[in-house]
Amino acid sequence: MAPPYETYEHDVLVVGAGGAGLRAAIEALSHGASVGVVCKSLLGKAHTVMAEGGIAAAMANVDRKDDWRTHFRDTMKGGKLLNDWRMAQLHAQEAPDRVRELEQWGALFDRTADGDILQRAFGGHTFKRLCHVGDRTGLEMIRTLQDRGVQMGFHVYMECAITRLLKDGDRVCGAVGYWREQGRFVVFKAKSVVLATGGIGKAWRITSNSWEYTGDGMALAYDAGAELLDMEFVQFHPTGMVWPPGVQGILVTEAVRGEGGVLKNRLGERFMERYDPDKMELSTRDVVARAIYTEVREGRGTEHGGAFLDISQKPAEYVKRKLPSMYHQFLELADVDITKGPMEVGPTCHYMMGGVRVDAETAQTTVPGLYAAGEVAAGLHGANRLGGNSLSDLLVFGRRAGLAAAENAARVPAPEPRPEEIEDAVREMLAFFERPEGESPYAIHRDLAEAMQNLVGIFRNAEDLEKGLEKIRDLSERASRVRVEGSRLFNPGWHLARDLRSMLTVTEAVARSALVRTESRGAHSRTDYPKTDPEWGKRNNVVRRRGDAMEVTQKPVPQPPADLAALLAAEG
Amino acid sequence: MKEAVLKVFRGDREAGEFVEYRVPVAPGMVVLDALHYIQGYLATDLAVRWNCKAGKCGSCSAEVNGRPRLTCKTRMDSLPLASPVTVAPMKSFPVMRDLVTDVSWNYEVNRKIPPFSPKPGTDWKMSQADVDRVQEFRKCIECFLCQNVCHVLREHDRKADFGGPRFFVRVAGLEMHPLDGVSRTKLLKEELGLGYCNITKCCTEVCPEDIHITDNAIIPLKERVVDDFYDPIAKLLRRVFGPR
Repeated sequence: MAPPYETYEHDVLVVGAGGAGLRAAIEALSHGASVGVVCKSLLGKAHTVMAEGGIAAAMANVDRKDDWRTHFRDTMKGGKLLNDWRMAQLHAQEAPDRVRELEQWGALFDRTADGDILQRAFGGHTFKRLCHVGDRTGLEMIRTLQDRGVQMGFHVYMECAITRLLKDGDRVCGAVGYWREQGRFVVFKAKSVVLATGGIGKAWRITSNSWEYTGDGMALAYDAGAELLDMEFVQFHPTGMVWPPGVQGILVTEAVRGEGGVLKNRLGERFMERYDPDKMELSTRDVVARAIYTEVREGRGTEHGGAFLDISQKPAEYVKRKLPSMYHQFLELADVDITKGPMEVGPTCHYMMGGVRVDAETAQTTVPGLYAAGEVAAGLHGANRLGGNSLSDLLVFGRRAGLAAAENAARVPAPEPRPEEIEDAVREMLAFFERPEGESPYAIHRDLAEAMQNLVGIFRNAEDLEKGLEKIRDLSERASRVRVEGSRLFNPGWHLARDLRSMLTVTEAVARSALVRTESRGAHSRTDYPKTDPEWGKRNNVVRRRGDAMEVTQKPVPQPPADLAALLAAEG
Repeated sequence: MKEAVLKVFRGDREAGEFVEYRVPVAPGMVVLDALHYIQGYLATDLAVRWNCKAGKCGSCSAEVNGRPRLTCKTRMDSLPLASPVTVAPMKSFPVMRDLVTDVSWNYEVNRKIPPFSPKPGTDWKMSQADVDRVQEFRKCIECFLCQNVCHVLREHDRKADFGGPRFFVRVAGLEMHPLDGVSRTKLLKEELGLGYCNITKCCTEVCPEDIHITDNAIIPLKERVVDDFYDPIAKLLRRVFGPR
């Protein structure tokens, strides 16, 4: 018999408490829904807190010529036109209101001389567009949303992880999880579930992502029958720390380049001249990441295998004021004073453009009652995301998901999960303890991260991808025999054992999609297919479950209406 | 490769002991890296709270050789490695397991604080100079190290009638917001127990964000409480000329 579990009921259950989850919760609350927010960490520690450079929104406070059309066009071009045009349009149109709203809830952005919100330059954005707070914009955003939500009265279930979505027929009707502290099981009944669980960066060795980023939402949605989209597009941020070893992968904000930072190789060459002479350091992330990787591979890298990023030509006080956390990060962790000399940087796995397929207007997935917003969802960013477009994505589509989830909850009957399904989910979690012997989940995670780093990285080819898939199959087999030591009380080994399953599902989707797309586009670079293929520009890869097997098919990329198509066709 | 010995607290609310682990030391390694090594190779069930590993989320607070620190920002090469490095959970909060403490009390205090409430008819214009001093308070990453060292909480455990430095910083951020229109001095005096603070600056010393908690947040708030409750002339002037 399965052990007892607690049960809670809400109209809307939000899984994840970063920017998208909190914004969804606030919106659902404001439409009268009862809302529960579940998060793996403490409230206020989600990945959004690490976002540095800013929120992209065409406020035109600094560059008066900016408008949503230019932002739309930049986003689509950055995404190599694989984006869902309607999402890109809604995002560009609504982002300024979402930023103003944050200010009205107490956020304090840096100011222009006129007293408006200051905006800075960023890669791929035509105008100065990123509303920011020094280099800690994400902290400002999450604190503002968290305090707003607490005041409005959402219920937060902190340090609680979801392991399965529950269904009533075709519809989602709740979720099963466990409290990280006590290891007790918990069931949430809900009429709508919003996934806002972020990405999958922890499946790579060099990453800017935290332990939480294990693809949970994508795997939960996939298991519940939802479709995943564009899974081959994984963003490697060009600038992570490379030295010392312990800090490898930690993010160095693009704002360093936005504020005038220059990239050089070991020979002192400003190498971006060879890769994108017009935009130079402010080219899009896919281009800059490939450029640094190529410089290193061809022997022009720094001592520790990176490139130099230098902002020391700016006055020291300016650097400390606009990039305070970078200044401290390098001083304390790498013994480098960035006001005096260059940083060493290299690509780091940072963001997942792909994710759960959603409807542009409502953020609903292909499963009724299930919504997804933020990094876990796909569509807005296409083949490559522009810096600053993630924080705005969280707000715009978090709000839309919360609204649609609350409206759905007002329409549908009370959720009725099946007890057998709950008990099965509980048994699955207990099985890790019951095996007499088995491997440590940490060893399997290390091998997965190494395999993804080497075989499914920035540059890919068929041979590596096939090897990668074989490795994932092999690791899945090993993962099914994991044994967990210790008790259920705050046991990270147990938590990782479950998270591994999600990582293996999602990395399989990444490798399969990458193998199928026989071209190079945005963040997906195939050495065996180096050209961009117009035929592939018409198709998105779709991943879904068929029985126990994973299936990859294609769907046509939605075509924008004539006025937007004309915008995209215009020169410049 | 060099080695270090870590003595890490293992246990829960009822009982526990320090257990020694031998860990290889790589260049630039921080204490959190060493704890991760232990999890990965020596004790898979070692409970540690962490997220960003970059000093931005404030999750990995602990007491390293008796000093409250973020373990992600404490370099192994800054510690004497000839003797074992002790890593203990924050003392002011109940241990859940190993290095993880129950900090839920902080979230309860936060709920008492009235939110930002813009003055009616505001035009949302602010000068950077006015924003600067509030942005200092908004840097807080909620690591709760200031709460951990504050003697009102650490020695006297006055959680029932004291808010602690973290929430004085939070209130200061609201009170000094250029567009905020409500007063929280009554809350400071009556519910958050600001008077218990005798400005020993222990909180300021441990703040990883270098927030001048005592000088810039607590003392100005104490002055406001004095003005509102003990200074009839200041109160009268405010009635006549409006708030500061």
